[in-house]
Amino acid sequence: MDLALIVSVQVLYAIATLVIISSGLAVIFGMMRVINLAHGEFLMLGAYSAIFATKAGVNLWIAMLVVAPICVGLFGIVVERLIIRHLYGRMVDTMLATWGLSLLCVGLVTSVIGNTTSGVSTPEGSFSIGAYSVSFYTMALIVIAVVLLFAIRWVLRSTDWGLIARGTMQNPGMADVLGISPTRVYSITFAVGAALSGLAGGLLAPVSGVVPTMGGSFIAKAFITVIGGGSAILAGTVSASALFGLINQLATFITTPVFGEVALFIAAVVMLRMLPQGITGRFFKGSL
Amino acid sequence: MTAFRESPWSAVLVMLLGVMATLAIPQWVDDFALIQITIYVVMAILAISQAFIWGFSGILCFGQASFFGLGAYTYALAVVNMGESTMPVLLAIALPGLFALLLGYFMFYGRLSDVYMGVITLTVSLIFFNSVNSTAGPEWRIGNAPLGGFNGIPSIPPINFPGNPEDPLDAIAFFYLCAFSLIAIYGGLRWLISSRIGHVIVAIKENEQRATLLGFDARAFKLFAFTLGGCIAGLSGCFFANWGSFTSPTVFSLGQSAQIIVWVIVGGLGTLVGPIIGSMAIQWLTTQIGTQQTFNSNLVLGVILVVFVLLVPKGIIPSLGDVLQKLFGKKVAKGEDA
Amino acid sequence: MDRRKFIQTTAGGIAAGTAGMYGSSALAADDIKVGSIHDLSGGLDIYGKPMVDALTLAIEEQNAAGGLLGKKVALVNYDSQSNMQKYTEYAQMAALKDKVAVVHGGITSASREVIRPVLTKNKTLYFYNTQYEGGVCDRNTFCTGVTPAQTVQKLVPYSMKKWGKKVYIIAADYNYGQITSQWVKKYVTEGGGSVQAIEFFPLDVTNFGPTIAKIEAAKPDFVVSALVGGAHMSFYRQWGAAGMLKKIPMASSTFSVGNEQVVLAPEECNGMVLSYNYFEKIATPENKTFLAAFHKRFGADYPNVTELAMGTYQGFKLWAEAVKKAGSIDRMKVIEALESGISIAAPSGKVTVDGDSHHCILDVSLAEVKNKKLDILQTFAQQAPSDTSAVCNLKKNPADNQQYVIKV
Repeated sequence: MDLALIVSVQVLYAIATLVIISSGLAVIFGMMRVINLAHGEFLMLGAYSAIFATKAGVNLWIAMLVVAPICVGLFGIVVERLIIRHLYGRMVDTMLATWGLSLLCVGLVTSVIGNTTSGVSTPEGSFSIGAYSVSFYTMALIVIAVVLLFAIRWVLRSTDWGLIARGTMQNPGMADVLGISPTRVYSITFAVGAALSGLAGGLLAPVSGVVPTMGGSFIAKAFITVIGGGSAILAGTVSASALFGLINQLATFITTPVFGEVALFIAAVVMLRMLPQGITGRFFKGSL
Repeated sequence: MTAFRESPWSAVLVMLLGVMATLAIPQWVDDFALIQITIYVVMAILAISQAFIWGFSGILCFGQASFFGLGAYTYALAVVNMGESTMPVLLAIALPGLFALLLGYFMFYGRLSDVYMGVITLTVSLIFFNSVNSTAGPEWRIGNAPLGGFNGIPSIPPINFPGNPEDPLDAIAFFYLCAFSLIAIYGGLRWLISSRIGHVIVAIKENEQRATLLGFDARAFKLFAFTLGGCIAGLSGCFFANWGSFTSPTVFSLGQSAQIIVWVIVGGLGTLVGPIIGSMAIQWLTTQIGTQQTFNSNLVLGVILVVFVLLVPKGIIPSLGDVLQKLFGKKVAKGEDA
Repeated sequence: MDRRKFIQTTAGGIAAGTAGMYGSSALAADDIKVGSIHDLSGGLDIYGKPMVDALTLAIEEQNAAGGLLGKKVALVNYDSQSNMQKYTEYAQMAALKDKVAVVHGGITSASREVIRPVLTKNKTLYFYNTQYEGGVCDRNTFCTGVTPAQTVQKLVPYSMKKWGKKVYIIAADYNYGQITSQWVKKYVTEGGGSVQAIEFFPLDVTNFGPTIAKIEAAKPDFVVSALVGGAHMSFYRQWGAAGMLKKIPMASSTFSVGNEQVVLAPEECNGMVLSYNYFEKIATPENKTFLAAFHKRFGADYPNVTELAMGTYQGFKLWAEAVKKAGSIDRMKVIEALESGISIAAPSGKVTVDGDSHHCILDVSLAEVKNKKLDILQTFAQQAPSDTSAVCNLKKNPADNQQYVIKV
């Protein structure tokens, strides 16, 4: 019984993690079709922002939930202005530019900050389920992921800005005619996507080794989740995270973490073969 | 200019230059430079495989490293077990090709399109990477050869003259082998592209629906191109294992796949000679950057790539072509494909 | 600026820059060149940077004392960027182009096995200064790092005496982790204990939740960790987060080599027991002088001088001593000088080269992590590299050239 509970907690945690790290990419790729290979580095920058803010005295939770997204969001605005703006519609060039950007970020952080940094430890401690310990932070992350999903849904569905953003993505020409500046919308959307990635990085800082190269381990999974999810941002991310997170954790419990990763990848390949447009290409069509 | 670029004469010119360079280089450079140039040639073969399937067949493969790595490991395991190198080299071409056939069948006959195909190929390379990375235990061996996990397979016996295991190729002979392979593959691909099959492949890349409506089975042609690309990448992997006398799971890594894509884009997507030059330029650059300590290597390379994309987006060769056209070519009428 | 201008300017700039890079290395024709191939970027740079810093200091000290054989010593440094292909390229460059007198380099066992054959083939002396799993037997190579028979052999009995007999082992999944875990198992079994499980993790795994649950279910007396690299740090984070540090103690053969105790918070790693050749708190007079000089050169807030950094420092000093004894930098003469049993008084204690195995006899200490520092518990003087000596004797077989996988 205890084991079943703990497995469920771990599964929910894996799903929550996937949701959190993919949300930024879902916005940037799902809405703007920009392949951002620097996504992992946005995460890394968010993690470092949270750490430095905490060391400067800011409360950890504020550092993670407020400072990290704002820092990376601002960085996102700069990046969009300088680089991405010139490359809309040119997928290949965007890939190269964002790959260069990711190398640049890693190199810059390594040069400026170095590779031995103190991090932040996980807050709040732990509690027991029978013979097993679970950290409160695990539960907190699960809750935050759910809140995040609802927040994104609310913004996209119930606010003016969300409506404008969705409209512009679907038909920028028409939006322009209606008096909305597509370039501004793109700029803000990219910044929001970057901010979400920064948030993810900040949230993951207490449970990972924060080094300049940490982005690499997240980018593959984020891409697989977002693209596996299909064109609907939210429904796609949720469904893909749920599927992959479940398979990953179950496989890890039964065998080893390596095979857990491999199982996730195999599941992704098989699923994409069966549903070539991603999950929301077939199911949940037309949802957000 | 375009006419020249697409005519057989440009291919002949490039091949002639290549042969002359290949024969001249060992006379002029020292041992170390020769070994350096050899690895550039080996990676150029890898670049050309990606250039062909992407630039001419429109297949965005984010995991060309899978075939590269398969070629390297196949050669390594086969030569350790067999002792003589001719069969392992052939296997290193055939096995990745076979895998490309299966993977291609899986993807193309499922009607997958660009981005999704990119993700699947990326995922496949990650599966290889993660699987091979965890084979460090002594129980993981094929015949006499342990897979070695993260450490890889060291001390791989080099290619020998066919039939004679005691007579390995020396540095110059190995360089000739790689360089002439590159030239032959380049020539072969140019010939293929200008043939009927090649025209169909390019037509499919331009507009798959139209080609299908004209009666060509797009899936079969794409499968053929993909398999060919896999074989070439496998050969490159085999040469790589020879050059360094080792192979390790990083041949399957995301970084490796990304590098190949960078080479093609920098050299110019849609040409064959561009990625050759692009791969050599970038590799030379990263080697140089590593020998100085002022700037972090990633930082410098990142800046170069970003600046490159913003200012020279077509890549080296097409941009050079434009420059030459402005200097020498006839006026191009608006609407003609440059 | 149009594209044509850009291409021209860039090409010119790159050419000038490259010429500048070559010109500015300021190597005089008769300097003695020492090659260094370490990772200064990429995932393994947490290990590489302190090593190169230590080597730089060692060379500067040598030059301040009048150089070597009357000539200046110059460092030729390569950043292998955590990339195996670059390791091969730079090894070839060092041997064939720069023709250095010796190469100090290689961090992971994988990188060592890549450059060792290249340097041996091209007759360039090679010093591997990182602690590893033992067994390298090659006349051209000298290993100055500790091996399991020196460290694990002390770590395990101490931990068993302190905590109990049931052990759970977690290790990085490559040959260092594989072989070291076998050594841990050997000493546990010899001490009358039992190993409950051995789990391996590739270097990029960051999700240890299920593993922690499994360890809890097994209820061991202590855990031995041979985890390596930045990603594995998340294990210690998650372990601390789950409150495990107070429940199940830990010993490690790799912790602190990447300055993990500085990155993690005290409550995530206090009480861990480690075993290495060098700790900053070692009380030899040489260490005091060394630390003063090191902090003067690199700043008083330098995190911690790691085991690998000291290995590199000591490796250079051994080589310099041998060059002096041989009176030349000729490879065979230096090898013979080393094989005759060179000794130096190093910050970690006395270091002697064991001529038969080309490994070193070193002091080994046990230490405990406390508030980001490492406190010494016990020191064992002059431990011999008995694991490699058992299989490798280069005096009897000078042509031997392989890494033995030592049967445990």
